[in-house]
Amino acid sequence: MTQTKTDTPKPTPTNTSKIPYYPGCTLKTTAKNFESSAIAAARALGIELMEIPRWNCCGTVFSLADDDLIHHVASVRNFVRVQEMNDYGLVKNENRLVTLCAMCFNTLKSTNLRVKNNAEDLKKINDLMYREEDYQGKVEVLHFLELLKSIGFDKITSRVKKPLKGLKIAPYYGCMILRPQEVGIDDPEDPTIQRDLLVALGADSVDTPYKRVCCGSYQTVKEKDIVAELAYDILSHAQKEGAEALATVCPLCAFNLDNRQKEVKSKHPDYQEMPVFYITQLMAIAFGLGKECYGFDQNYVDPRPLLQSKSLIEKQGS
Amino acid sequence: MIKKVQITPENDKFLNKINELSGQVVTLCEQCGTCSGGCPLVSEMDITPSQWMRLAQLGLKEVLDFKAVWVCASCFTCTVRCPRKIDVSKVAEALRQIILRKAIDYIDLKAIPKEELACLPQIALVSACRKFTG
Repeated sequence: MTQTKTDTPKPTPTNTSKIPYYPGCTLKTTAKNFESSAIAAARALGIELMEIPRWNCCGTVFSLADDDLIHHVASVRNFVRVQEMNDYGLVKNENRLVTLCAMCFNTLKSTNLRVKNNAEDLKKINDLMYREEDYQGKVEVLHFLELLKSIGFDKITSRVKKPLKGLKIAPYYGCMILRPQEVGIDDPEDPTIQRDLLVALGADSVDTPYKRVCCGSYQTVKEKDIVAELAYDILSHAQKEGAEALATVCPLCAFNLDNRQKEVKSKHPDYQEMPVFYITQLMAIAFGLGKECYGFDQNYVDPRPLLQSKSLIEKQGS
Repeated sequence: MIKKVQITPENDKFLNKINELSGQVVTLCEQCGTCSGGCPLVSEMDITPSQWMRLAQLGLKEVLDFKAVWVCASCFTCTVRCPRKIDVSKVAEALRQIILRKAIDYIDLKAIPKEELACLPQIALVSACRKFTG
């Protein structure tokens, strides 16, 4: 097994390596299917995603105002929890923190960069958290996709039991794993990491220029019509390129692109609904894992008919 | 349309405030329009990102009267494309913060229909509250 990132000390990967995992709020509610499929898929690859004890909200968005330090405290507190996991022996010399949610990833990584690059900010935040041990600035925030890349997509292919043959999926990246550049995990204009994963799983990856165009994010609360129009652009362009479904790693993108298809449909009656997967759900199917981790009940547009038509799941199951 | 603008110390003060909050130097903007051209939400805005950059450069408080920065979704497309390496998303945040810090919220949570509240995931509600309330 190869590890590509070498800037922090890593344990030698054994059969199962334990890595601190930060879930965030939405993976415990409307995106349970993202979490259950990812944990099962990781386990199949010999990785134990170990939930950080006493984790707290990351803040969801990274505070962009230069003078605002207080909103970074929540994120830093989670880094202290990772230190504690090492102190208590829950993990061994493991400074990586893995996230699934793209927004948590962006918030945690942006905060980490700010305090790592600014000793004065870190000191102020540490002073403020006087009941916690100091954050030493050694945590490395990783998105699950980066972890998979470091394992190697060839190893992922070797684990596939049921290749997603003939399934045409358009990877959708959104914003938070791509931008800003210092935070992004891939080329912000032409990302490929999800394509590589889909190909490793045996699926056909469908490219569309809308893969990196914002879905409208939190505007869904006040301006759902704007979000529906953006969703229509993203989904209908993927369909024009031949996609049968979308794959994403962000619970907010998933809501805007999956659930808001109701609004898309009412504005554009000719629009044909299309499933939106968490990419980890596709991993779980390809790895031949138990259907209890798929969680398709939580997908708004039911992906089961599509999967049944490709003989990827049984007709009456799941 | 030609508009005569008289720059006063008040304008400088407002410009400095924007620079301070955003951590950017907005006068570096050369008005190339790349931010506006790539913005996925520009069609819904009353002024474009390059226009709010220009108004900010001149220290004109009328920039706060437009809805545009509230339509911005902080997607950072402008940020990664700006040839002058200005983080335009942070300038939008500075303009929002100037209003929010006067305890003027952009959204009224009570006005969100109950059926919407029931279906919106936390990630949407928490981020909207972080962006639109002070």
